[in-house]
Amino acid sequence: MSGAPTRVVACPDGPLLVRGDFEVVDADGRPVERTRRTVALCRCGSTGIPPWCDGSHKVVGYRTPRTAAEDPPRG
Amino acid sequence: MAPHTLSSPAPSSSAPSSSAPSTSAPVLPQPAAPTTTGAHGPMPVPPPRGPAGRALADVLLRPSPGPAGDLVTEALLATFDDAVVAALAATDDLLRDDDLQVTLLTLQELHYGGLAGVDDRWEWSPELLRTRGRLQDAQEAVLRELVPVPDVPAGATAQEVAEALFALTGAEGGPGLSTYLARTATLEQAAELVVHRSLYHLKEADPHTWAIPRLSGVPKAALVEIQADEYGGGLADRMHAALFARTMRALGLDDQPGAYVDHIPAVTIASLTTMSLLGLQRRLRGAVAGHLAAFEMTSTTPNRLYGNGFRRLGFDEEVTRYFDEHVEADAVHEQIAARDLAGALAVDDPAVRDDVLFGAALCLALDTWVAEAQVAAWREGRSSLRRPLPAGDGATRDGAA
Repeated sequence: MSGAPTRVVACPDGPLLVRGDFEVVDADGRPVERTRRTVALCRCGSTGIPPWCDGSHKVVGYRTPRTAAEDPPRG
Repeated sequence: MAPHTLSSPAPSSSAPSSSAPSTSAPVLPQPAAPTTTGAHGPMPVPPPRGPAGRALADVLLRPSPGPAGDLVTEALLATFDDAVVAALAATDDLLRDDDLQVTLLTLQELHYGGLAGVDDRWEWSPELLRTRGRLQDAQEAVLRELVPVPDVPAGATAQEVAEALFALTGAEGGPGLSTYLARTATLEQAAELVVHRSLYHLKEADPHTWAIPRLSGVPKAALVEIQADEYGGGLADRMHAALFARTMRALGLDDQPGAYVDHIPAVTIASLTTMSLLGLQRRLRGAVAGHLAAFEMTSTTPNRLYGNGFRRLGFDEEVTRYFDEHVEADAVHEQIAARDLAGALAVDDPAVRDDVLFGAALCLALDTWVAEAQVAAWREGRSSLRRPLPAGDGATRDGAA
């Protein structure tokens, strides 16, 4: 991982997937314990284990707007 | 809810167990002390359930003769092959055929941890491979007949394949096993669920790992990333199989692989023999990827409910850690598996695209068949196992409704 930038994947209809060298802190700057290299951060607001995703976006039908690249015009 | 009894938390646990009952609990077997490595020996040869399994046991008692051959062993191998051919011709439901499922499980185990007292060279015996091929090919044919390939337009992007898989795996339906566990299951039924799952979860991730060297590029990196997390990210006691073993011990269950194999019905075994037949064949790498994707995509909600069920029954983190870990882990894995494993593979390797979709549908179908049988048994007041667990294993008879 060293040398490579930290990468965040904005998963359509889902969480932010974060890979690389990073630290997750709470609103007061205190580190949040992390037990895995790659994490999924909740962005639907429905998770029961914040700040991590727990799959609840699927239960509540969370939808993200598509970027142009994600929703190309059909031929 | 009748008062229940359960084993006390493992000695190393310092977590407060406010919800664990302490009143007049009878003495039950203490769970074995947790190991730091989770290492274990080969599983015992599963007890045969019919003529094919008995003929196989006769073979495995002997050393593998190697190229030189030996007439007695050759005769036993021929008898075994004949028994499998006859049983395959006679069975009307291979997935629920006790004799053939145990036979296939036993043959496949030679490629995993091996079998106690059995010559490891049997793994590559041409005769056993031929007979195993008959069983696996028959099972694959049955599954392809029962499970249609989901319809996804040709030319779909990785993201579109992922979305199709999320739609497929998110569809309502199924027998509601996890909801039953969360709301209704007795202690005894909850222990049965863990016993069913022990067949796979004590070797969790292994069947899909076979696919790693058969993939390349983004799908390979995705599978390795998922599996590394499954295997604890370098920490043996965080391996998912080790976490599952810990849950078993905390429930007073035996965590040695195969300890309960004779209790487990054929259809539950079929879900593992199917994973193994996918994993062991390069030709089916697409189906492995699809199977894992669907497995991860149908994990977070059920595991949350399983954890809630065990908390309702009075268990603490020692039991629920496995389930809670899967809520967090599989929310990560499903994103990786959907796009970078299954989606990317379907696009990169058009020859296996339909198998990616088939593998996902297969995972859902097998889960449904296994869960239907469990819930149906419990609703009828029966054990979902071939015979109930020994008294004191995970639950007492008195604790049952």
